Amino acid sequence: MALSKKTKEAFLGPLNVNNPVLVQILGICSALAVTVQLKPALVMGISVTIIVAMSNVVVSLIRKSIPSRIRIIIQLVVVAALVTIVSEVLKAFAYDVAMQLSVYLGLIITNCILMGRLEAFAMTNDPLDSLMDGLGNGLGYAWILVAVAFVREFFGSGKLLGYQIIPDSWYVANGGFYENCGMMLMPAMALILVGCIIWAHRAYNDKEAK
Amino acid sequence: MNTESSVYTIVYAMILVVIVAVLLAVVNQGLKSRQEANARLDQQKQMLVALNQDYSNSDPAVLYQKLVVDTLLSEGERANIIMFEVENQTKYVLRLHGQGLWGGIGGYMALNDDKNTVFGINFNHEGETPGLGGEIVTEKFRSQFFGKHIKDVQGNLRSIAVLKEGKMADEGQEQVDAWAGATITSTGVSEMLASNLQEYSEFLNDGHKECYKSPICEKKKQDCCQTKAGTECCKAEKACHQCKCENCDDCKDCCAGGCEQCCNNGCKDCKCCDKGKKCCDNKNNDKE
Repeated sequence: MALSKKTKEAFLGPLNVNNPVLVQILGICSALAVTVQLKPALVMGISVTIIVAMSNVVVSLIRKSIPSRIRIIIQLVVVAALVTIVSEVLKAFAYDVAMQLSVYLGLIITNCILMGRLEAFAMTNDPLDSLMDGLGNGLGYAWILVAVAFVREFFGSGKLLGYQIIPDSWYVANGGFYENCGMMLMPAMALILVGCIIWAHRAYNDKEAK
Repeated sequence: MNTESSVYTIVYAMILVVIVAVLLAVVNQGLKSRQEANARLDQQKQMLVALNQDYSNSDPAVLYQKLVVDTLLSEGERANIIMFEVENQTKYVLRLHGQGLWGGIGGYMALNDDKNTVFGINFNHEGETPGLGGEIVTEKFRSQFFGKHIKDVQGNLRSIAVLKEGKMADEGQEQVDAWAGATITSTGVSEMLASNLQEYSEFLNDGHKECYKSPICEKKKQDCCQTKAGTECCKAEKACHQCKCENCDDCKDCCAGGCEQCCNNGCKDCKCCDKGKKCCDNKNNDKE
């Protein structure tokens, strides 16, 4: 299937040059909440990707019929309904994952990336482009989450995905020389890490542009 | 059509809400039985973890059914105290529930048949911080509790304190280390244990070892005792100690605080003295 340039751009843009977290600075709050460990960050990234894509398509399909005065409410209803359905389905078919996500799943409704994409893109574009835009933005958000969570879990607890990476014998408690960095577990560290990524991202893209 | 008119807007909103409501209701009803089954299975798994049972190689539901004996105390649909038999030993599993930092925390505590020694414990939480409060579910935290006692040497209910390293619990109370960086969650665990065990103090201090409040007997408003044949409810006109008990040929007093000794005479003569701690014959009642 040959995709038009615009469709490709809708998908690839948010991954890098128009990243929702790095450039639009959206969805920062959840980046703090779920990035202490890699696993919840991964699951959150995937859930947001699915829900942004689905709600983008739904809103895009009905975009011409939505009265503009209540469009935000309509968008919220669509998102809330989708999140509820996904959470019910998870509880029935993947109970462990649903328990793991618990509060985060409800928090997806409040993620500003969703409302931002619905309002800025899905309301004015066709369903295929909207789907791509949703996937792109979701994944653009997910990779930042995963990158931050990787650093925080590795340096904060010496683990990745719950598996011990730094050998036990290295720790001071066991007569070694190594100590976990407790700072990494604090929410503020997520902001600092996102800041570092934004800095690297800007520096790289500015160089490219020249 | 004019999508900006007030009538259109109102009708549109109403139709959309009805569609969404119907959709959600259908999904909810359609998946309900599956969700409830999942929730039940999850509870059973948690109890198995509290009982230190490895269910990775077997069906947890089957294993649960094999071990469970009876529900001793329940609150509506929810079982609070459940009796299990693990390797021919009686274990009691108590449901725990309390508050952590961000939401509810809970768990199951398995006690040996002395109602004092912790055999195993399991924690769960709704949304404690991963890496900090969330670590209460780990083996490293849980295993600190194994073998601890919830009563002091005098037999008073004291619970187990969760304290920062270096702090000491009150005299007679046993303690475990709090999880570093998760002060509020650790305090929550400590308070949960204290308040829940207090709630179950009637059971924990009771001598009715074999059968505390069997639901069958409770329904009939009768006392109960454990016999070789199983749980037996005593009829109102018949005193409880006339029930035949497991370890004695003849009888063991089951009612007045649970006598440990068997009476030589028939059940009729079996009475408890000394605050129900000892069983003695009628004749020697005063002496013992």
